[in-house]
Amino acid sequence: MPQQTVCPSCAEPLEPEDVFCGACGRNLNDPDPDPGPDSGQDRDSSEGPAGTDGAEVTAPSSCVHCGSAELAADGYCESCGGVQPRPRDHQERSLAGVAGVTDRGLRHHRNEDAFAVAATSLPGGEPAVVAVVCDGVSSSARPDEASAAAVEAAAKSLLTALEQGREPDAAMHGAIEEAARAVADLAYDGTATSGGSLNAPACTYVSAISAAGRITIGWVGDTRAYWIPDDRVSAVPYRLTEDDSWAARVVAAGLMGEAEAYADPRAHAITGWLGADAEELEPHTVSFTPHVPGVLLICTDGLWNYAEAATDLACFVPADARTDPLAAAQTLVKFAVAAGGHDNITVAVLPIDPPAIEPAPTLVDFQPFRTLPDLPSATATATATATAI
Amino acid sequence: MTTSSKSHPGFSVDIFQNEYLADGAREVNAIVTVTATGGGTSGGRPAADGTSAAGGPQAAAAVVVMVDCSGSMDYPAEKMRNAREATAVAIDTLRDGVAFAVVSGTHQATEVYPGNGRLAVADRATREQAKQALRKLDAGGGTAIGTWLSRAHRLFETRPDIAIRHGILLTDGRNEHEKPADLQRVLDTVTGSFTVDCRGVGTDWNVDELRRISSTLLGTVDIVAEPSGLAEDFRSMMEKTMAKQVADVALRIWTPANAVLKYVKQVAPSVEDLTGRREGAGPRAGDYPTGSWGDESRDYHVCIEVPAAAVGNEMLAARVSLVLPQPDGTSEVLSQGLVRAVWTDDLASSTRINSQVAHYTGQAELSAAIQEGMAAHRAGDVDHATAKLGAAVRLAHEIGNEGTFRLLQKVVDVVDAKEGTVRFRKNVSEADSMTLETRSTKTVRVKK
Repeated sequence: MPQQTVCPSCAEPLEPEDVFCGACGRNLNDPDPDPGPDSGQDRDSSEGPAGTDGAEVTAPSSCVHCGSAELAADGYCESCGGVQPRPRDHQERSLAGVAGVTDRGLRHHRNEDAFAVAATSLPGGEPAVVAVVCDGVSSSARPDEASAAAVEAAAKSLLTALEQGREPDAAMHGAIEEAARAVADLAYDGTATSGGSLNAPACTYVSAISAAGRITIGWVGDTRAYWIPDDRVSAVPYRLTEDDSWAARVVAAGLMGEAEAYADPRAHAITGWLGADAEELEPHTVSFTPHVPGVLLICTDGLWNYAEAATDLACFVPADARTDPLAAAQTLVKFAVAAGGHDNITVAVLPIDPPAIEPAPTLVDFQPFRTLPDLPSATATATATATAI
Repeated sequence: MTTSSKSHPGFSVDIFQNEYLADGAREVNAIVTVTATGGGTSGGRPAADGTSAAGGPQAAAAVVVMVDCSGSMDYPAEKMRNAREATAVAIDTLRDGVAFAVVSGTHQATEVYPGNGRLAVADRATREQAKQALRKLDAGGGTAIGTWLSRAHRLFETRPDIAIRHGILLTDGRNEHEKPADLQRVLDTVTGSFTVDCRGVGTDWNVDELRRISSTLLGTVDIVAEPSGLAEDFRSMMEKTMAKQVADVALRIWTPANAVLKYVKQVAPSVEDLTGRREGAGPRAGDYPTGSWGDESRDYHVCIEVPAAAVGNEMLAARVSLVLPQPDGTSEVLSQGLVRAVWTDDLASSTRINSQVAHYTGQAELSAAIQEGMAAHRAGDVDHATAKLGAAVRLAHEIGNEGTFRLLQKVVDVVDAKEGTVRFRKNVSEADSMTLETRSTKTVRVKK
């Protein structure tokens, strides 16, 4: 058979001697490829954080690196010592109104991102959808545990608050505080860290609530949210979050131009995170009511590093993202892997379909942050409403 | 009752390493700390009535004391007298039920007690008889240590039911009355049958010779420069022997296909290279002997060369287990730890050096520098000796090995410890030189 250079299932680059894909475990000599992984299926067990659910990767019966059948219970090959795919390496979750995908990428040995997607009902019976995405800070201890803990705490807090009828904005603040507490608690659980003096467990955070036609975003750090309308001609995609990062700060302070700031080696140093050593928790939230159909993306920098501007990122969002959010999330993850996969990649897609008020409305939408630096204040709760004229 | 006859200490394995490797890097270093606790805490001291301490049955043990009775032991005469007294103290330290014998060593071995080709069983009466028998120890004859070890071996073989078998060997001179090859043949035969602690009294014995015996037989070597120090040393050695709870423990190291185990060294409490002691133990695994254990902790440095992998990959570089052979030929795994390799392009991670690895790498260099320096000094190459001992002073200072630093100061004048600038002292005593050389392998632990 012709030499494969990437895995037909997940696009993982392959070595000539590979018998199995190192990312998804697919047998590369299998002539009858499976349909794409988990394409478009709704899942029942979707409320737990993705980081703790092992449903996505089924344990292979032979080593994905050398094909040996001797696999130890602790996840290493008894022949070549290679680590076998772990549940968190690649996970997908899809339910009505939201889908998420996370992937280890190519250059990190484990996935330190985590996400959760869930759906519930407000007291009045209207559906509500939430998504949480966290990115463990690599220079901290146990970043994978930090992101999983934050996601679990935030998802639980959001669902509980919404079911109790709290306002989305208040629910969002509460969730960020719960997540921050969960991550900070990891620093005091007595687990010894190998390798010595690392920082306390830490992660960045972004989450979204879509309920009753309104979207509420909350974030800390450099995980982001983007609004991508279906019609990208008459409406403009834009970024909803402003990073807690060195580059964002110097640009906001007028010390550097954007190009110069983002070219600096310090550009991506984050100035806000969840963790015991975070000086002050500054949760940012923003709400808006979309009046055109589109999708909301929340993602880690493993994705947006390859398409930073909303208009660039929108080029990689499939046109049918709103009707097939899981496929859109898969497409975006594959794009980031193909672009280098330097970091873990996580993206959640929330289809937004506002009731059609008027036929073919002319819209004045949000402008992207990059051209409108005075948009919703990143340091305080800001509520902005895009209004159809 | 705190222990049962089948119990052994609980073993734990802790791994200290920086698992992160830069792109293309292949060498993985780890310090493996093995700690045994729980079984041997009551061992060592016989209770006042001579029964075993703490009420629980102790692990069965057998001991043979080999005392040099060559002619030189009478010069000065106090050497023989002190050896006799020290052996008596060692006998007093035997707990009831321990199988034992005393062998007098010259160019041949003579059983002093019990003298019937078997081992006696310690109780009040046999201890007394043994001490009476020590009067028969008289200096006269040559030195052929291989014959002593052969006799001890034959005595131990009369009790195949006892796993913990330990010899104590005292000599004051060189192994002059047999060929080195003869001694080596004996060592090859008795290896794995029993362990031996060697003591050199005075300064006329050969450090390398005794170290070869103690290393092969997984024991310690030390100098007792003053014969008057023998009794205390023998008591302490025997107490440690009585505290041993489990014998024949091996360090089993599995490494992946295409990996090379570059070396395995014990690095605390002393440096012992075990690399050559490997015995195959199934696919890609080998066993390295560690002898018998009481309540104690030892550190090992494992260095593995693994096949290079791309950034983002993780590999198990070694699985380190403590195993205990069973009568049916299988082995029981007491504890295990994992040595990992993770390739990253994060320089901050891959360039970090684990403090334990750095510490013991320095200790091994220190030990080697002293041995090379003293060998050069004996060969008359003072420049080379000064350079090596200068390096040793610098390393001892860096690591904080104060014991070794003090021993070095008796041989060289330290001008600048940080730079390793030294001058050989005039009139260095032979005892100080030999003490430095003998104890060059002793290490200190890093503060964790």
